[in-house]
Amino acid sequence: MRTLAISGIGLFCFFSLLLVSSPAVPIEHEVHKKFLVPPPPFSEGIFPCSQCHQGMPVNRTPRKLEMMHQDIVLNHMPGGWCFDCHNPDNRDTLRLANGKIVTFEESYNLCGQCHGTILREWKAGLHGKRTGMWNGEKQYLLCVHCHWPHDPVFKAITPMPPPVRPSDIK
Amino acid sequence: MEQDESRQRGMHRRDFLRGAALGLAGLTLPLDRADASFWEAFFQKHFREMNDDEIKQVISRLEKEYAQKFKKQIEIGADKPIPGVLYGYGLDLSRCIGCRRCVYGCVAENNQSIDPQIHWITVLRFRKGEKWVDLENSEKYYSPEKVPEEEYFYMPVQCQQCENPPCVRACPTQATWKEPDGIVVIDYNWCIGCRYCMAACPYGARRFNWGAPNRPEEKINPKTHYLGNRPRYRGVVEKCTFCIQRTRKDPGRYPACVEACPVGARKFGNLLDPNSEIRYAIEHKRVFRLKEDLNTSPKFYYFFAYGR
Repeated sequence: MRTLAISGIGLFCFFSLLLVSSPAVPIEHEVHKKFLVPPPPFSEGIFPCSQCHQGMPVNRTPRKLEMMHQDIVLNHMPGGWCFDCHNPDNRDTLRLANGKIVTFEESYNLCGQCHGTILREWKAGLHGKRTGMWNGEKQYLLCVHCHWPHDPVFKAITPMPPPVRPSDIK
Repeated sequence: MEQDESRQRGMHRRDFLRGAALGLAGLTLPLDRADASFWEAFFQKHFREMNDDEIKQVISRLEKEYAQKFKKQIEIGADKPIPGVLYGYGLDLSRCIGCRRCVYGCVAENNQSIDPQIHWITVLRFRKGEKWVDLENSEKYYSPEKVPEEEYFYMPVQCQQCENPPCVRACPTQATWKEPDGIVVIDYNWCIGCRYCMAACPYGARRFNWGAPNRPEEKINPKTHYLGNRPRYRGVVEKCTFCIQRTRKDPGRYPACVEACPVGARKFGNLLDPNSEIRYAIEHKRVFRLKEDLNTSPKFYYFFAYGR
């Protein structure tokens, strides 16, 4: 009898705990914050991709491209192929590994599949350049504005001139 | 007996000397300058002792002077500190590539003299793997074809906006002081050009106008602040103000160097706001401040975002 009472109380406690803990806590990845970004840096006249790719057969075999896009040397994921990121069914979009479709404007979600820590810091405002208001609306840049996605290492640039040496002042 | 004698001569020596000194002092006053604006400038009160109306008067006088001098309308703001804001700056040394875009972005915004040249930011280059806190042996005139160079890294230095600024204590005329939002400012109309502050600054952040500032009129940024980028005079000291004319607004723009940086190494925000970028950097990254041992307590944080 006593054991029954104890187990009854135990069960009650268990369910009441369940009830307390169940209120809808938004799951983090569902909170979708919009980031203000400039349009993706497409090469002149290349977008929308469907203007050429519409009705073209999809060739999934990795090969050297000869008709178009010869400038693209994939120096990012060795052994990768276009459709690791581009959506074969609609070239105007990108596709995550889990099959979810993302637009070019939200391509950071694609990069974040592997570079998760960087994406986290980009969202926090640490990684990458931001312009605009320090206490207001900020303009973010997409990953691809600085890192060409097919060869993403930041390229060396020419520095601005050094200051005048005191000995060179006339 | 003696007193009687001097009375007979008609004048005490002391009175004579006093009179002569006053007369000579009077001669040094530029009495030939009859225009009212000169005398207004001569008797201008200290900036922090002026009320809003007096500041407005000073500004309208300066705007008139500038319009005459530069043939251009220059707008001088006097925005007050925003309550609850303490500006902080972050610089990611693991990203900086030493391209000096910030140096020239700053010059474009802050009306520095172009020739003679004045830069508020100095980018120092250090060889990797060496004792790099040895600032005296760093290189600031580096000029390679491309940056970053494999064997070097770079550290831009500008005013560190100390919480305990040695320059302020050195100033004999109180022409420089720390504002409530943490920015150390200079009143160019009160600076006498003694350069004590430059000797006191451990960061070499202050610059002196040895010659008359010289900048093409079309390059003058007409959006200025009294304590910031308004045109300066010969013989005054100037330095970085965290772009006071841009940042002291609600909403306020990022400083020019932040927007010029191509790699996003520069971060700016409110140290009192726990959600700001600068707080994120301080809380999550390896952070240091330059010459911490001097107890100047800079609000300029260097950090390494890449590589833990």
